[in-house]
Amino acid sequence: MSARTIRYREAIREAMAEEMERDSDVLLMGEEVGHYQGAYKVSEGLLTRFGERRVLDTPIAEAGFAGIGVGAAMTGLRPIVEFMTWNFSFVAFDQIISNAAKIYQMSGGTIRCPIVFRGPNGAARQVSSQHSHAVEPFYASIPGLLVAAPSTPRDAKGLLKWAIRDDNPVIFLEGETLYGEKGEVPAPELDELIPFGCARVAREGDACTLVAWGSALQKALEAAEELAAVGIECEIIDPRTLRPLDTPALVRSVRKTHRCVVVHEHWPYGGPGAEIVDRLQREAFDDLDAPIERVAGLDVPMPYASNLEARVLPTVQRIVRAVRAACYR
Amino acid sequence: MASGLESLLAHFRQMLVIRRFEEECARAYAQGKIGGFLHLYIGQEAIAVGTVAALEPQDCLFQTYRDHGIALARGMSAKAGMAELFGKDTGCSRGLGGSMHFFDVEHNFYGGWGIVGGHLALAAGAAFKAKYRGEDAVTVCFFGEGATNIGGFHEAMSLSGLWKLPVVFICENNRYAMGTPLARTSPLEDLSIKAAGYGMAGDRFEGSDVSVVRERVARAVERARAGEGPTFIEIETYRFRGHSMSDPAKYRSRAELEEQKKRDPLLVIRSQLLEAAAPEARLDAIEDEVEREIDEALRFAEESAPAREDVMMACVEVPSHALAAAGESR
Repeated sequence: MSARTIRYREAIREAMAEEMERDSDVLLMGEEVGHYQGAYKVSEGLLTRFGERRVLDTPIAEAGFAGIGVGAAMTGLRPIVEFMTWNFSFVAFDQIISNAAKIYQMSGGTIRCPIVFRGPNGAARQVSSQHSHAVEPFYASIPGLLVAAPSTPRDAKGLLKWAIRDDNPVIFLEGETLYGEKGEVPAPELDELIPFGCARVAREGDACTLVAWGSALQKALEAAEELAAVGIECEIIDPRTLRPLDTPALVRSVRKTHRCVVVHEHWPYGGPGAEIVDRLQREAFDDLDAPIERVAGLDVPMPYASNLEARVLPTVQRIVRAVRAACYR
Repeated sequence: MASGLESLLAHFRQMLVIRRFEEECARAYAQGKIGGFLHLYIGQEAIAVGTVAALEPQDCLFQTYRDHGIALARGMSAKAGMAELFGKDTGCSRGLGGSMHFFDVEHNFYGGWGIVGGHLALAAGAAFKAKYRGEDAVTVCFFGEGATNIGGFHEAMSLSGLWKLPVVFICENNRYAMGTPLARTSPLEDLSIKAAGYGMAGDRFEGSDVSVVRERVARAVERARAGEGPTFIEIETYRFRGHSMSDPAKYRSRAELEEQKKRDPLLVIRSQLLEAAAPEARLDAIEDEVEREIDEALRFAEESAPAREDVMMACVEVPSHALAAAGESR
């Protein structure tokens, strides 16, 4: 079979199914993942294929089932724990931070925790303040966790397959608005794994580096098209994983363009957005011709009204303006 | 199996190791050789020793931060425990965990957890793994009565009951959650009735007699092993020291403490040994042996090399499978 065009949610499903086929210790648990076929239909069909032993519907008890996943991982299984959305991970924060991220270190390197926590991250459409969090600042700041935020079906599949085989706890941030996006994905028999810590050049250019991941990447691509029309060729770097972060790839691009704009949905206070700026100002200081700009979600809880939500999220126009500012044009 | 007297002598030895180990911990703490939080188990030893006696080697254990007793009972050497407390590379967690985070995978002792209620779900997870793989292993999880009010308790109990996991939850009710007596935090006097709400068996008894602990825990373990699901056991006990070394325990009277000390598990087992006509010479020999063991542990901890920075750095994350093979830096 050759490469096919499939949706982002299908890519994630394929990754899970292939890894469950490959390793009987891999299982999926979460709310509505089985009989309901997944709140976002990511796990559709998996219950029929793998049975109730390996596809487990849980009660609404994130701290409980996340903790059971961690305990099972510590003792030898490789669970995939789905959060219906990452917003609900906050009630399981202690399990992720105090337990999953710490056990390898606390035990003097004797106990590993190979678990994947996955689900949709960030704003959807008008789901308001409690259901729109971009959670990467919380999790990417924790040593002991790995964090991935794929923006395409191919990356989603390859990174998830890698994550499931990794011996560390992985935070896998999907995009709710990306689930329906289509893209080319290599044939299953190629068993493509995409390693963590390796950025992807999503577009080549020499005028300005744009860094974006997850659902913000699409907007960066659109902005780059608009800017190309006026002769500003952006290079777009998708870090794909936020911990580890492929700093050399970012530095390489900035050495070429001398300008940089970081685009992200999360709030402006800290987080990977600020971390990238920090690394670049130290490691590429002499190469920069302008201050690094950031296009972030506005520093407010997410409002409900659609006009205001659109105002809060990064937009193509804001990215275009930021690139022009960085390019002094 | 050993005769009644022989197993009682073995229990006595283990309980004495824990008692003497922790008395020396308190001393070393006062001397500044041990830092951080230090929560002593003194007064509760019969629970750890009785429980371990009811288990098979493949069974798993999880404990709170008051974890020295169960680790030693399960087979961790006093040396590895003391070296951990002294912050040494030879410690059970290589000096990275400390008093609250003892681990000993070889003996299926899975810690050593510092956040109240946070480890109950982990124990359920270990039990889940055994059930998933069809392995004959039961998991036992200890926690204090103070943990029965936090959400982690509720969710772990709910899921364990729902999925009939082979796990035994043991609440060591030592009457004070730090400085707060149970009556001020729970409307219940008998916590074991909570078991019914989670569809599991419940039990409740006093925990100063190691043989009683062994026998009653064994029933719950057998149920779990037979696929009959979890049990919630409340064991009434008392800690003779403060919550931690920084707690002078002013919330309870000296009279209350003295009254409780009449049920000191070591006194209880001594009188049982005398009743069973254990030769004095055997008891003396055990006491001498234990003294030597603790002395050696202290010397070992003192003389061991300090915890290592390279080990600390290597224990943040497991090297990634292919990246490590390719030798790429991150």
